[in-house]
Amino acid sequence: MDELRSHIISAIVMHRPGVLQRVAGLFTRRGFNIDSITVGPSEQEGLARMTIISTGDDKVLEQITKQLNKIIEVIKVRDLNADGTVTRELCLIKTHATSERARSEIIQYANIFRGRIVDVGPENLTLEITGTPEKIDALIDLLKSFGIQEIARTGPTAISRGSKTI
Amino acid sequence: MKGSQAIIKSLTDEGVDVVFGYPGGVLLPLYDVIYDSDLKHILVRHEQCAAHAADGYARASGKVGVCIGTSGPGATNLVTGIATAYMDSAPIVALAGQVGTPLIGNDAFQEVDTIGITMPISKHSYQAMKPSEIPEMIRSSFYIARTGRPGPVVVDLPKDVQEGELEYPENITIDLPGYKPTKKGHPLQVKRASEMILNCKKPVLLAGGGVIHSNSSEELKHVSELIEAPVTTTLMGKSSFPEDHPLSLGMLGMHGRKVSNMIVDECDCLIAIGCRFSDRTTGDVAKFAPNAKLIHIDVDPAEIGKNIPVDLPIVGDAKIILSHLIRAISQSKNHNNHGWVDYVSKFRAKCLPRLSFEEMPLKPQQVIKEISEAVTDETIVTTDVGQNQMWMAHYFTSRNPRKFISSGGLGTMGFGFPAAMGAKVAMPENDVVAVCGDGGFLMVCQDLATVKEYDIPVVVCVMDNRYLGMVFQWQKLFYEERISHTKLKAMPDFVKLAEAFGVNAYRVERPGDMKETLQEALKSGEPSLIDVMIDPNEILPMVPPGCGLTEIIGEDEVERGNPDEIPHKFSAKETGGD
Repeated sequence: MDELRSHIISAIVMHRPGVLQRVAGLFTRRGFNIDSITVGPSEQEGLARMTIISTGDDKVLEQITKQLNKIIEVIKVRDLNADGTVTRELCLIKTHATSERARSEIIQYANIFRGRIVDVGPENLTLEITGTPEKIDALIDLLKSFGIQEIARTGPTAISRGSKTI
Repeated sequence: MKGSQAIIKSLTDEGVDVVFGYPGGVLLPLYDVIYDSDLKHILVRHEQCAAHAADGYARASGKVGVCIGTSGPGATNLVTGIATAYMDSAPIVALAGQVGTPLIGNDAFQEVDTIGITMPISKHSYQAMKPSEIPEMIRSSFYIARTGRPGPVVVDLPKDVQEGELEYPENITIDLPGYKPTKKGHPLQVKRASEMILNCKKPVLLAGGGVIHSNSSEELKHVSELIEAPVTTTLMGKSSFPEDHPLSLGMLGMHGRKVSNMIVDECDCLIAIGCRFSDRTTGDVAKFAPNAKLIHIDVDPAEIGKNIPVDLPIVGDAKIILSHLIRAISQSKNHNNHGWVDYVSKFRAKCLPRLSFEEMPLKPQQVIKEISEAVTDETIVTTDVGQNQMWMAHYFTSRNPRKFISSGGLGTMGFGFPAAMGAKVAMPENDVVAVCGDGGFLMVCQDLATVKEYDIPVVVCVMDNRYLGMVFQWQKLFYEERISHTKLKAMPDFVKLAEAFGVNAYRVERPGDMKETLQEALKSGEPSLIDVMIDPNEILPMVPPGCGLTEIIGEDEVERGNPDEIPHKFSAKETGGD
């Protein structure tokens, strides 16, 4: 049995209704798992880029890319090599901040993590942070002691380094 | 022109001359155009039969079959037929009515999410939201259905889109940047395959449905004769190679011929063409062809390595790849060495199944023997699903491609009769015989009205044992004879049933009567039914689920001889080097 690994699959798809359903349905039907999926417009009009994070062995990954390629509206699929790829995720965190001390600590953490305070309420702060999923996990861990009220994460999106495109 | 007129124009431009359908509320605009169009419409009596008939039409002719159902229940009734076509890669286009676009999502009367439902069982699906989309959509649907690995395409047609106006374009260009099926196999892979074949000792060819879809039966025969390799087939590949050819082994798999299972187990090079290694073909994959290097030729790259690890894949159209392979192999000098073929022939002669049975109740083997004698090479036979299907697959000798039609992947009971109807419509010059079980035929018997109304002279042979035989067989073998709900206690008199529809009917109960009755029914030129009373206790030799292909039960042990004495067919000198 091959080793289970997390894979970053990048796909260029036609930007049309139903495409996300086709892709998601394929994963369900074939028993592949999706850790996260992000979709947005790509550099070309009418085409969108999907970034799918999935865990599986090499055989599963091969099937995922081949089955994705069979979808008529999927134009290109690439398994991005983790080393040669820039991966980023955006996260919004709303946390309790009732005392002056808590507020200043949270602001300091945000600065260290190159995050920003995007909203201030009488009893809470909302932070915006962008980075690798690991970095976001680390900040969330630190903020837990203040009492996190809500987290909204986009899931990672990715692009290959250098001049390489998919 | 109106959307509905554009639909019919697009169909006729694609060369469609007949459609199988059933009207409904949202299809009123379309049917109003069909009313005075040249397109022949066959009104089935259940939408499932429309889809199966389109499928049978497609498999018999190689052309795209078309079926039509209304929104909601019409579309859901098509679903089984669409899934059947998908599993067996049959090119059909299914047109479904849909409620008007302003009503979509409102749970309107007869509204169902047809696109959502058919997504996992179709090659592609379209929903027209504007009349102007229709011409390109239908053109693309036919292109997708028939090219690459064929399959069903669904087109969802809202009522207001059928009614709206459009300017029909003079030139239709289809734009499918994500759909570029590979045709030509990689030359280096073809070269490697030819070397692998020339260096093996015991080659076997395994032909799947892809050989039939790609019309490469001639090439298959050429390759097998050139390299002196016996040919076995999957269920879908049956009829791709003449089964009375000296190199034919018959079907492989759970209900395959013993010789096929044993020889695949023994071979050192398996050349699989257009097959997907279904569990019914391979048995336990860990024990499948344990000694063989595997070459897999398929148009669908996702089939390579999906179920079985492959040593040498070639992606592309089987016809092109086989012809390139023939060229590559022909360049090497052939040593006229028949060791392997002689060995296989001797073994085959020892395990030919018994077909003649004089006793009563009538044995299915005897019935199939007589069916074989009654038909010609040009007769198209379809089967239903279950014992009737496996008996036909196991015992019936098929000689010509597209002359054996069966629901393999989905295993749809009720397929045989409507598929025969579609096949007969496609190929009116050929005799068409449907071999069904009593259970499966009863699921679709209402369409006797269709064959009567349109005078479609198919002959339905109902293998009547008053049991759901295949499940009954498994209950006897693996569930301690606990016969749970497989006895069909109350069944109609099939002769009277057929007569109620105005269809000629016969009953066969004795050995020797089937051949004559079938010939008479075929000669009558009218739709007919033959109720064949058979022994319910006859079971098939089979490989129990989860076992390797050689672990057959219900067959005698046969000595295999010593395969190690087989000399090399080609000497290394002749084939080595580039």
